[in-house]
Amino acid sequence: MSRYIATRAIRGAQGMVREAEEAVNAALVELGPDAPVAFTNTAYYLPVIYAFTGEKVEKLGDLPAIIERAKNLLHPVPSNNMWLPYLGETLDSGIATLFAEEAMEGARFARGTEPQVIKLDHARADGARFTGGDLGVHGDKMKLNGPIDDIQLRAWGIQLVDGRMPGFCAIVGCAKSNEVAVKIVRELQSRGILIFLSGNVNGRSIIHQLQEEGIQLGYDTFTVPFGIDTISAVYALGFAARSALTFGGMDAGNARKIMLYNKYRVFAFVLALGEVDDLKYATAAGAISFGFPTIADTRIPQILPTGVTTYEHVVSMPFDEIPGADDMERTEKLIQRCMEVRGVKVKIAKVPIPVSYGSAFEGERIRKDIMYAEFGGKRSNAFEFLRMKPADEVEDGKITVSGTDIDGMEEGGALPLGMVVDVSGRKMQTDFEPILERQFHYFINGVEGIQHNGQRDIAWTRISKSTFGKGFRLEHFGKVIHARIHEVFGNIVDKVQVHLTTDQAEVDELIEVARVAYAERNERIANLTDESVDTFYSCLLCQSFAPNHVCVINPERVGLCGAYNWLDCKASYEINPTGPNQPVAKGLVIDAEKGEFSGPNEYIYQNSNQAVERVTLYSIMEAPLTSCGCFEAIMVLVPEANGFMIVSREDPSMTPCGMTFSTLAGTAGGGMQTPGMMGMGKYYLTSKKFISADGGMKRIVWLSSNLRESMRPALQEVCEREGMPDLLDKIADETVATTVEDLLPFLEEKGHPALTMDPLF
Amino acid sequence: MEKETTDAAKPVAAKSIDPAALEMLAHADGCGIDTAFSRADTMKPCPIGESGACCRICSMGPCRLVGKNAEEKTGICGADMGTIASRHFARQVAGGVSAHSDHGRDMAMTLRAVALGEAAGYKVKDEQKLHVVADYLGVPTSGREVNEIALDVADVALTQFGQPHGEIIYTKRATLKRQAKWRELGITPRAIDREVVEVLHRTHEGVDLDAENILKSALRCSLADGWGGAMLSTDISDILFGTPSPLSSEVNLGVLKDDQVNVIVHGHEPTLSAMLVEAARDPELIAEAKAAGAEGINLAGICCTSNEILMRYGIPAAGNFLHQELAVLTGAVEVMVVDVQCIMQALGPLSQRFHTKLVTTSPKAKIPGATHVEFDEHRAPETAREIVRMAIANYANRGPVHIPDFHEPLVAGFSHEYLNYMQGGFHRGSFRPLNDAIIAGRVRGLAGVVGCNNVRVTQDEGIVEMIKRFIADDVMVVVTGCAATAGAKAGYLSPEILDHAGPGLREVMEAIGIPPVLHLGSCVDNSRILTVLTQVATEGGLGEDIDDLPAVGLCPEWMCEKAIAIGTYFAASGAHVIFGVSSPVEASSEATRLMTTGWEEMVGGDLEFIPDWDAMYARSLELIDAKRAALKLPAYDPSQYGDSGDSLFFAEIKKYLADKAAEAERGVETVGSPVYPLADGHSHDHGDGHSHDHTHGDHTHGEGEA
Repeated sequence: MSRYIATRAIRGAQGMVREAEEAVNAALVELGPDAPVAFTNTAYYLPVIYAFTGEKVEKLGDLPAIIERAKNLLHPVPSNNMWLPYLGETLDSGIATLFAEEAMEGARFARGTEPQVIKLDHARADGARFTGGDLGVHGDKMKLNGPIDDIQLRAWGIQLVDGRMPGFCAIVGCAKSNEVAVKIVRELQSRGILIFLSGNVNGRSIIHQLQEEGIQLGYDTFTVPFGIDTISAVYALGFAARSALTFGGMDAGNARKIMLYNKYRVFAFVLALGEVDDLKYATAAGAISFGFPTIADTRIPQILPTGVTTYEHVVSMPFDEIPGADDMERTEKLIQRCMEVRGVKVKIAKVPIPVSYGSAFEGERIRKDIMYAEFGGKRSNAFEFLRMKPADEVEDGKITVSGTDIDGMEEGGALPLGMVVDVSGRKMQTDFEPILERQFHYFINGVEGIQHNGQRDIAWTRISKSTFGKGFRLEHFGKVIHARIHEVFGNIVDKVQVHLTTDQAEVDELIEVARVAYAERNERIANLTDESVDTFYSCLLCQSFAPNHVCVINPERVGLCGAYNWLDCKASYEINPTGPNQPVAKGLVIDAEKGEFSGPNEYIYQNSNQAVERVTLYSIMEAPLTSCGCFEAIMVLVPEANGFMIVSREDPSMTPCGMTFSTLAGTAGGGMQTPGMMGMGKYYLTSKKFISADGGMKRIVWLSSNLRESMRPALQEVCEREGMPDLLDKIADETVATTVEDLLPFLEEKGHPALTMDPLF
Repeated sequence: MEKETTDAAKPVAAKSIDPAALEMLAHADGCGIDTAFSRADTMKPCPIGESGACCRICSMGPCRLVGKNAEEKTGICGADMGTIASRHFARQVAGGVSAHSDHGRDMAMTLRAVALGEAAGYKVKDEQKLHVVADYLGVPTSGREVNEIALDVADVALTQFGQPHGEIIYTKRATLKRQAKWRELGITPRAIDREVVEVLHRTHEGVDLDAENILKSALRCSLADGWGGAMLSTDISDILFGTPSPLSSEVNLGVLKDDQVNVIVHGHEPTLSAMLVEAARDPELIAEAKAAGAEGINLAGICCTSNEILMRYGIPAAGNFLHQELAVLTGAVEVMVVDVQCIMQALGPLSQRFHTKLVTTSPKAKIPGATHVEFDEHRAPETAREIVRMAIANYANRGPVHIPDFHEPLVAGFSHEYLNYMQGGFHRGSFRPLNDAIIAGRVRGLAGVVGCNNVRVTQDEGIVEMIKRFIADDVMVVVTGCAATAGAKAGYLSPEILDHAGPGLREVMEAIGIPPVLHLGSCVDNSRILTVLTQVATEGGLGEDIDDLPAVGLCPEWMCEKAIAIGTYFAASGAHVIFGVSSPVEASSEATRLMTTGWEEMVGGDLEFIPDWDAMYARSLELIDAKRAALKLPAYDPSQYGDSGDSLFFAEIKKYLADKAAEAERGVETVGSPVYPLADGHSHDHGDGHSHDHTHGDHTHGEGEA
């Protein structure tokens, strides 16, 4: 700290704690001590308070004790002369501020005034996906997101660990101009940085600025509006605290470990736009305790020595004094400095196209009214196809386009589109073709103003008016594919050429060629079994977040995040031989039925910090795989029903075991091995090896309805394979049973096979 | 080393750099009163004894090895210079160890009495520390009452003095590497008393006659102090009286009040003085003082009793060792209460020339001419009140008063625990910021400047000179004992002296809010420096052990055996230590070699004697920079720093305001605030309908807005 900052932060903390106390007392008088206090869809109560103290705030009556804790962390402001040290005291006051802010938000939730609804003067952008479903603009009102729910936190898990989302930025305040606000967000998005918005300067927030400029806010664009006050910035710290609990396997109450986890593993920072007031200083002091530095675009004292944060604590870059030709260049420099200060290592994809590019654009939606043209979908056919070719048949960087280009189309029009990508490389293998091809979805979606869905011959691409307006044409798809394949698969691919066509006859001709290859690939994958290989692969990606977690990925089981299968791992190993995916020799078969092998046992022991000694691949009951934090679904024993239930990450409902997904995930996650409980990728359900040692699909007595419905055809196939075509509808879901008492009669009535199978114990 | 042989008295100005001392020495001259300063003019050190060439072990001697080939001569028994010098040195170590450790034993006895409910007025003040210490000592804590734990802690502490087997438990607080080294060398101390006894035995006539072996036993004995008696003393004092945290106070003779009853505590123990603090604040006694015509009761300290109550209660310090006579000379001291160590016998006759009552309190330390009020921990509050009443009664007997008007503010109270806290707060305390600062070169290194005053050199000069130069060169300084008081008197224990620090250290001062010189307590609290250095070594990035750290320990004005013991345990713990004044083994090149290169090879630390301040400072930086180089840290480069903190910010604001004023004078209208061009006030809307607006007219004084 500096004494100036310490003075203002401590004073801000005192004010905030006082204000929170008044708000809590007023709410207590009005609503009574039993009024429930809960953030949306979270198993972590008021998360900062829970993480730091282990206290589970569930009702208003729990809050006065928290206010007392906050008061105990307050200190007097430093005196003018012969001042006493203030750094520890200021950091304590920062934590007190966070407690008070969260208690205040808790009281607002009790009143139903949070998430905030703001009034807009010139609303232009649509709302997008938020906590609690699609929210956003209704008339001249916009409902903000409030805290991020556990579902989204976990869904982002894999992106956080694999580096696609290198960190988060909590923006507090209001940018110099709307133009600068947009540029800041675009710069952060192009680096994949998650953006949290809160605060205001003289009543104007960056949220207003972005809305006025039609910038899409929401989970899918990595840009989440928390609230237009500074207090809502506490949601960013709640997100950080929960990532230590969910991914790091930390226990609530162990504040020190949780903060150090954030310092070393969560690359977050605060960007203070506009004048910094006492409360912003106080909140920033709380963030600094997490190891998150603050960068301000105004003149404030700098705190450059390191230690509580990895690099500088507070950096001041008065916006108008940043060298640069214009505000856009100044913004670029400001964001570059943010990256340096937090030590965020970001590889920016250099893609030669006229619009921004980055994984934050992957989730953008192009609705009809802002669409210029589309390829595929209902109105035309389209496909994407990547094939390996001999080196002399590929000319690197060659991009050919035949047929009508986008500028030859009418606004709102549709055309067929074929994209054939030829690659060559010494280390390229036919097996890798589908892996590279599957990445096209992410590669193309990274373009600002492009929405891409599906793959193979069900690809569907939309381009927005503004992206077309900035000069985006068909050849740019080729440039994106060329640049990104080189960047991601440079180790196995030497040359890439792309052919694009909108000519109906050519599309129809080439699509047949592609379909032959698709069929061959399907067959190859179907024949790929655990028995047909002698090597499995590990995945240690999540160890950056869950240090003891080890995934062993076999051909018949996808990683529990759902993002990596055996072939992906094999390719990843080829690309980066010292990377997170290593070959694991199967070794001796110890138990073929349960799937226990000497190789995986040895590997997991060595790589889990000796925390896990053995692992079975086909059983949940005995030494199951460990669970990280970003699994797609969780499977849990229901002893009364002699079977298992599976809850999907997207399902917020109560389940027969008395816990929601979040609570269950909190119990099993963090790299622990818990017999009877296991995170899983949802496609594991379709594997022949799906808990084959425990009875397979017939053991499933309860399944989240969204999983069943979204996977119905594939699951139906599994039931038929198991010889019980009507099994799927004998399985309960949250609509029929959220307690064991409701579950058992349902299973009895349907004659579910689990009830008569051998006892699990 | 060139010796000054002249008998001429040192000019008064060369006796001290402290203006208060100079004023009082002139006053003493005026009164025709002797002080240690003036006695030193006539009593020159015996050159044979000073250099370690005199052997008084048996009555065949004393033998003195002098002359041209002194090192080739032997005593009557054949003892050579190495043996004679080393034996004397080892006995000094044993003397120092016994002093600190006996102090530690008394603290443990007090804790025991508290636990048994037999010590009225005392209690366990810091339960958290009690638990920590209990953990170190293997005393179970879970589900136990405070006094149950305290009793076991006291009893285990007491076993450390005389346990028949095993090692001193606290040696396990050293780094694993250090523990292994001590075991390998066979110098892990076993029991405190045993190590003292063994040194006395070995250095008895006709036992250990090998200089290297004798000095090795001195290392072992010293460890029984640093990692034994002294460390226990610090810990138990913290348990009983509270672990220090920063507070501000004042120092120097000017803290005496001409209109109040002045009570001075002097010596080394916190036990009775803590009770005197309470008695001096007792409204009933204050009323009695007022009834006696005084404005109140003013308690102040000298030497390390002073440091004990300064660190914990903010009681001002009247001065360091050489101020004890000067305080009485003011004529303003009603009572001077002394306990143990560093008390001059001269106080007896001196106090009789004034109204000052000299009160001895320890059965171990009596002085002819003093009033003895024996301290008994079972009735300490009454004893304290008795003494304060004695002072009140004596107020009326005051004669002319001469209090020099010199008093400096200081910030003290840096315990190891607080150092940890201040670098991260309650939840995240650590030494990471300090280690980072050293690694980056903001802080070039660490220096401990500790120890006594010695009339053989100009009072405080060496201490202050070292402190001044270190901080200007970005070396962070910790101080204890009389050196701390010296630094404080010169104004260096203040957080305000940013301009005296180098640019890197200044950034760290501003980041944390600390003075460049941190007061860690009394001389027995040098053990705090050991635990701090150990934590720096284990925090990471600066090697694995104390001997890897860019750190140096200085004792410029050493005087007593305790200083020798401290210097030796720092060397045995891996630190480079430099003493000033003169070397007690100077006569023996063998002993000198053993304690420098010999010890460095053995334990990584060493003990050098360099009387010249410039040479001492140059050697210190050489040692620090050599360790930096060995750690492959970037070379020290202060030009990189200076952009952190408030000053630049304030300078910019001032410039802005000046520009704006100039423009206004020219009739140009400007818009915006110095802080942010868009806003001329600021607000934070809470989204619930009410907002707070503040407008700051003047941004240059954030703290003034509260």
